[in-house]
Amino acid sequence: MFDWPLLSLLIWIPIVGAVLLAAIGNRMPHLVRPLALATALLAFVLSLVVYAGFDASTSAMQFQEKAVWIAAFDIHYHLGIDGLSLPLILLTTLIGVLVIIGGWTITDRAHLYMGAFLVLQGLMVGMFAALDALLFYVFFEAMLVPMFLIIGIWGGPNRIYATIKFFLFTFFGSVFMLIALIWMYLQGGSFAILDLHQLPISLSAQIWIFLAFLIAFAVKVPMWPVHTWLPDAHVEAPTGGSVVLAAVMLKIGGYGLIRFSLPIVPDAAAELDWLVIGLSLVAIAYIGFVALAQSDMKKLIAYSSISHMGFVTLGLFLTFAILRNTGELTGAGLGISGAMVQMISHGFISGAMFLAVGVLYDRVHSREISSYGGVANTMPWFAMFAVLFFMANSGLPGTSGFVGEFMVILAAFHANFWFAFVAALTLLLGAAYSLWLVKRVFYGEVANDNVAGLKDLGKREWIMLTVLAVLVLGVGVWPYPLLEMMEASVQNLVEHIVVSKLN
Amino acid sequence: MNIETILLLIPLLPLLGCLVAGLFRHQVGRAGAHWVTILAVAGSFVLSSYVAWEVFFNDLPVLNYSVYAWAITDGIRFEIGFLVDSLTALMMVVVTFVSLMVHIYTIGYMHEDDGYQRFFAYINLFTFAMLMLVMANNFLQLFFGWEAVGVVSYLLIGFWFKKDSAVKANLKAFLVNRIGDFGFLLGIGAILLYMGSLDYAEVFAATPAVEGQTISILGGMEWQVMTFICICLFIGAMGKSAQVPLHVWLPDSMEGPTPISALIHAATMVTAGIFMVARLSPMFEASVTALSFILIIGAITALFMGLVGIVQNDIKRVIAYSTLSQLGYMTVALGVSAYSVAIFHLMTHAFFKALLFLAAGSVIIALHHKQDMRQMGGLSKYMPITAATAWIGSLALIGFPFFSGFYSKDLIIEAVKLADRPGVAFATFAVYAGVLITALYSFRMLYLAFHGPTRMDEETRSHAHESPWVVTIPLILLAIPSVLIGYFTVVPLLFGGAMADSIIVREAHDVVAQLAYKFENGPFAFGLHGFVTPVFWLAMTGVAIATYIYLFNPGLAETIKQRLLLVWKILDKKYGFDELYQNVLTAAGLKVASGLSRGGDRFLIDGLIVNGSARVVGKLAGVMRHLQSGFLFHYAFAMIIGLVAIVASFVLLR
Repeated sequence: MFDWPLLSLLIWIPIVGAVLLAAIGNRMPHLVRPLALATALLAFVLSLVVYAGFDASTSAMQFQEKAVWIAAFDIHYHLGIDGLSLPLILLTTLIGVLVIIGGWTITDRAHLYMGAFLVLQGLMVGMFAALDALLFYVFFEAMLVPMFLIIGIWGGPNRIYATIKFFLFTFFGSVFMLIALIWMYLQGGSFAILDLHQLPISLSAQIWIFLAFLIAFAVKVPMWPVHTWLPDAHVEAPTGGSVVLAAVMLKIGGYGLIRFSLPIVPDAAAELDWLVIGLSLVAIAYIGFVALAQSDMKKLIAYSSISHMGFVTLGLFLTFAILRNTGELTGAGLGISGAMVQMISHGFISGAMFLAVGVLYDRVHSREISSYGGVANTMPWFAMFAVLFFMANSGLPGTSGFVGEFMVILAAFHANFWFAFVAALTLLLGAAYSLWLVKRVFYGEVANDNVAGLKDLGKREWIMLTVLAVLVLGVGVWPYPLLEMMEASVQNLVEHIVVSKLN
Repeated sequence: MNIETILLLIPLLPLLGCLVAGLFRHQVGRAGAHWVTILAVAGSFVLSSYVAWEVFFNDLPVLNYSVYAWAITDGIRFEIGFLVDSLTALMMVVVTFVSLMVHIYTIGYMHEDDGYQRFFAYINLFTFAMLMLVMANNFLQLFFGWEAVGVVSYLLIGFWFKKDSAVKANLKAFLVNRIGDFGFLLGIGAILLYMGSLDYAEVFAATPAVEGQTISILGGMEWQVMTFICICLFIGAMGKSAQVPLHVWLPDSMEGPTPISALIHAATMVTAGIFMVARLSPMFEASVTALSFILIIGAITALFMGLVGIVQNDIKRVIAYSTLSQLGYMTVALGVSAYSVAIFHLMTHAFFKALLFLAAGSVIIALHHKQDMRQMGGLSKYMPITAATAWIGSLALIGFPFFSGFYSKDLIIEAVKLADRPGVAFATFAVYAGVLITALYSFRMLYLAFHGPTRMDEETRSHAHESPWVVTIPLILLAIPSVLIGYFTVVPLLFGGAMADSIIVREAHDVVAQLAYKFENGPFAFGLHGFVTPVFWLAMTGVAIATYIYLFNPGLAETIKQRLLLVWKILDKKYGFDELYQNVLTAAGLKVASGLSRGGDRFLIDGLIVNGSARVVGKLAGVMRHLQSGFLFHYAFAMIIGLVAIVASFVLLR
């Protein structure tokens, strides 16, 4: 079955499922949840089929599908994946299943809620699989709509401010990307990403393009200082929205940097890597401190996300600094693979943490740390999961949170001692804000009647948290399969970006 | 079973025990939990003993192999693997034996606790993590074990998580350890950069090539790479093995239940730093600067932490400061390249210090969780076994001839005297002075707790009695090696070449080899000679002072305290480290945090730039809106003005 158009199925099955949900939702409400779950599960299984058929020994694009879309501008519906996109697609389909399970108790227009998530999932897979820059752009922008609706309809009291901020920030960024893409089309006559990888561009043009891409992707990551939309969006988003936002949508920025910035304008990346590295280190340290000062659990996790995504951008841009410092490329692949692992791992951990906040929010309807205290007394199993996930968030070896950070810090040391020094501050800051939250929320005497009345995890919550716990520990204990999947593509990328495109 | 299966089972049995007792705690029940976990550790202990037997008596060659590839990326192999030589074998036996004793003891100590199964699951998990640490053949796994024992320590210090002091202490312990791990991780980063591998054997092989290379950190300051790496790694050891100034977490860790104070915070985990340096002796030998640094830190810890022990009133805290001081002794031994002696003291200390903690725990059970020695006294009548074993532990601790601690501590002192590197003079003073101090606080504790008139209230006294057999049996089983292990192992371990396969010392640094002549007539003669050394008389002076003050003239302590009030206050405040960290550093960190959050994120970025630009747009729109008033004459007027302007511009510009 590997010759089926699997990637298209992965994109369109959830979207068709969503249309079905919207159509039947009002008449047959009892079918909504099973249908949504079945759709998400089917997509997940298909993504596993893709994984089974994936050849990790090559960096070439696989499962390619190509059809003319707009002939006049040579725009194609062109899909394909390599070792950089496959892990993210697997993450997307997995999280897709979990948010459907997580949204099981939604009563307000459940069919639209689940439909929105399914559409979002399909679009995100499409973005990870797109090999045509304009197709990528369409998915990239279209994705905003369902998320906009999810926060705007099912969000908290201040959701209008949050949605507008979210929309304007990300839209603002992506316009620059579109201009860059059109400019390159006029130069090279193609929107195919792989053609763009080979397109020679002068340095000054590269720098403009690099900055345009950086604005687009930095907002998504988000990098300091264009990050302030994230805490607001998280705070107002429903649990499922937060989970998808943190677990998958933030990865789009990192993916864009890998797929566009580095290979298309490598010379500009080499010129301006100090900018990205600097912003990444600011994110890791500065945002780590900011996280420490938060009193809202979701804000704290949002800031923690920004700080952790700093490792992604840092790891991606170490190559040139390593080359300058040691004269060799050893460690460059380590940084990029580390960034990839960090993205996947952050998907699990941040997803799990937002689910955990959701577990508490469903019961007490507060996200304030001060509303809790002594939760471990009444919810011991939940406390076990929470301690695991927050430990993973502070980079504990044996959990996935360690792997990426460890690799990036080791790679950073190859580039410059001080990069590693600042990055390693996360050992302290990450532990401080994660475990201080654990202390205030879970430990101590039962703080109030709300906490006293808490019931431990239900079956549904058990399933979600167990799945993520197994993945967090699995990747921590044996990251080999994950790294093997991306190794060829990462090495290919490193070789590609150290060759100048100027001539 | 082949040896590799055995080695795999040794750490996995406790891991399995932890999963059963932890995840199926309701299914297996209390008895089930302790049986599963105790059998798991007992299995580990038996298998470890077998491995040690093979290593020490059947000349099992050094095993160094990979269990599985953790990750292969960018041409670097990260592996999980075992290195089994004399050092590993010794550590495995010590860890599993003390762990087994503590497991059994826990049945008695925790029998009323609601978290019974959870506790057994944790100590099983700890045993797994500690074994992974000592069996590692590479830095990745070492770091895994290193942090994993830290996490279990965190969970166990905060075991009674309702107690505010406990959850403060565990957060503090974790964060202070993370400061150490920060250095450790940078050291690992440097190792990968300069040696190109994280495998011990490959790193050791690459060390000579790296020696002499320099690294520039700040400005023009050039560091020897080996010095940089070793100091970074040692910073990790300072956290885990609680050396000044990263020692502050260990006294507070006494908030945890006593069995884990014995297991984790005395016998095993806190010695991980000592073990690490000994394990990496080929690297540390390459930097005398780093060794001098280690020597001075160790000497400071040995002397000044012992002094604090004298003024403590909580029986567990006395032993905690004693542990700090003894860890200082081990560190001093490392600092003079006497790695094997450090490990030897690590082993004897594991037995007698675990014994002392468990004895203190037995007292605490009897007094229903009272730990203040001012409310004890005369307990030897009520609990003779506990008192006798506490005496044995204390005699071993002060280094009374023929007891295990005598051999190890005396050799540390002798080694320091022979060494030649910066810091030796101070270290010599510290280890001598430490002997007197050790004797003083140990006997003060013995007298205050077990002898003299009782200060217990009537109710406490009425139910003070000897602890049950699950408590006393481990005490007795630990008392035996506390007496004998030094006598029987000193010659083969240190001078018989048993550790030659694991500990590499350069000839010019090898003080231990120079000490061999002292044992030409065997450990018995050395023990007899021990009665006429200055060290012995220093210890006896300490004992005499303690005896006079605490047995015969109890008022004197108060008088001395009043006379030396300033000294007492400094010691009582523990030199103010806690205040410095809490009121200055932590407070500053939190200020920075809220400053950045409010000033940076909310005011500058969000307030001025993001919402500011939104406001500007809003204002502009407000102005523009006035232009679109909807009145036709406004538009007509604007059109006329516009026309006039255009025509005027044409005319003027022409």
